Amino acid sequence: MKKRPGLASMAAVYRRELLAYVTTPTAYVFVAVFLFSIGLFTFQIGGFFEARRADLTPFFAFHPWIFMVFLPAVSMRLWAEESRSGAIELLMTLPAPTWSLVLGKFLAAWSIAGAALLLTAPLWVTVNLLGSPDNAAIFTAYLASFLMAGAYIAIGSVMSALTQAQIVAFVLAVLVSFLLTALGLPLVLDFFSGIVNGAVAEGIARFSILHHFDAAQRGVVEFRSVFYFVSLIALCLSFTALAVDARRGG
Amino acid sequence: MLLQVDGLRKVFGRRTAVDGIGFALDVGEIVGFLGPNGAGKTTTMRMIAGYLEPDEGVAKVFNIDVAQDRRRAQERVGYLPEGAPLYGEMTPWSFLRFVAETRGMSREAARHAVRRAAQDARLGDTIDRPIETLSKGYRRRVGLASALLHDPMLLILDEPTDGLDPNQRHAVRDLIKRLGEERGLIISTHSLEEVDAVCTRAIIIDQGRIVADKAPTALKEEHGSLERAFAALTRGEERV
Repeated sequence: MKKRPGLASMAAVYRRELLAYVTTPTAYVFVAVFLFSIGLFTFQIGGFFEARRADLTPFFAFHPWIFMVFLPAVSMRLWAEESRSGAIELLMTLPAPTWSLVLGKFLAAWSIAGAALLLTAPLWVTVNLLGSPDNAAIFTAYLASFLMAGAYIAIGSVMSALTQAQIVAFVLAVLVSFLLTALGLPLVLDFFSGIVNGAVAEGIARFSILHHFDAAQRGVVEFRSVFYFVSLIALCLSFTALAVDARRGG
Repeated sequence: MLLQVDGLRKVFGRRTAVDGIGFALDVGEIVGFLGPNGAGKTTTMRMIAGYLEPDEGVAKVFNIDVAQDRRRAQERVGYLPEGAPLYGEMTPWSFLRFVAETRGMSREAARHAVRRAAQDARLGDTIDRPIETLSKGYRRRVGLASALLHDPMLLILDEPTDGLDPNQRHAVRDLIKRLGEERGLIISTHSLEEVDAVCTRAIIIDQGRIVADKAPTALKEEHGSLERAFAALTRGEERV
């Protein structure tokens, strides 16, 4: 009668979350805003046409910045809403391992991010009509962007597990995402170099999302960047599970 | 023994919510938890259901320590949380399917279990309507159905009839009595009349401690009525 207990629970939670996303208007609004802003940035600020080059670099360059705001909006409800409505009591009295709940919810939100990314495909088609871009590089950049989206959602998942208020989860997630993204920028580095020496500041920069997305958006796969994003996701999901389990202590 | 509770204690900050509660429960018993608001009824039930971990003491379901082996114990318990929180945008059908599958049932087994539990809880044709459009009575029944899905021997129902109209209340009480024939049940309630009508045993809790654990008839004999017993045995927040 039973499948492997954790996996069955994870699949059930995943399906429910996904259903909750597609049956409420919020997800559509978020995705629409995402597509609108990515278009705006790519064409207006990125100078997609002015560059007269058939590649998607101006498009991918804005992903971290847009994800930073868009994905916390997707992930904010994951746990906060459960605590607010009290449904968390129901979830936590089912014989399901905590990791299966955490992973099921994370994967559902990640799927929404993936769907949003897929909807930008017309742009990819367009550059192919306009010229002959390096499609392998673009494909790699898409994969990297998807992986990076997972990291932002994992950050949002922790923040959502820490509060009952979705808006608080959102603000905290944007803040943490911004810090982690911009760690490598002069703005933030200057701040650190005031406190620590240059080499340490350089080291800090290596932990930024921007640093690891930089090569990938040009189509170069670096193992340590994949490792970085996967570890970041694993770390954040572990923190989420800890935060959820901590409720049992009262 | 279905359930064995010993010296349960739970402290929130500086407030001791549950202060050394112990009792045992066997098949065929319907125990009514009575007590003023804040007496520790819900906290006790939450510890038995594995939602909260006790600071001291143990709760054992079929001799399985809930805190030590939470999931194995939870597989054997059906729990209705206070207020029966549900996902409003889902229909009872999809909600119950979700609970069954999260419990680890295969799709086929889940479908089967949902059909049976929906029948037991008398959900009728509300099964395909969004939960947020249902009356309080039907929502409570959906909650009850979700506690019955895996056909548990031990049911813990936190205020199963709260907020229901007299007819709905009657229906739920009948269900509880029927379930109690071959299972063990704990229900919490503010209705003394309900304890009289359905419970084989009343546990009165006050300030985190059990102050009486007797058959309702014994309480009535001692104090004249359940109202008097309740008033004599509990202080609650009003009189502190």
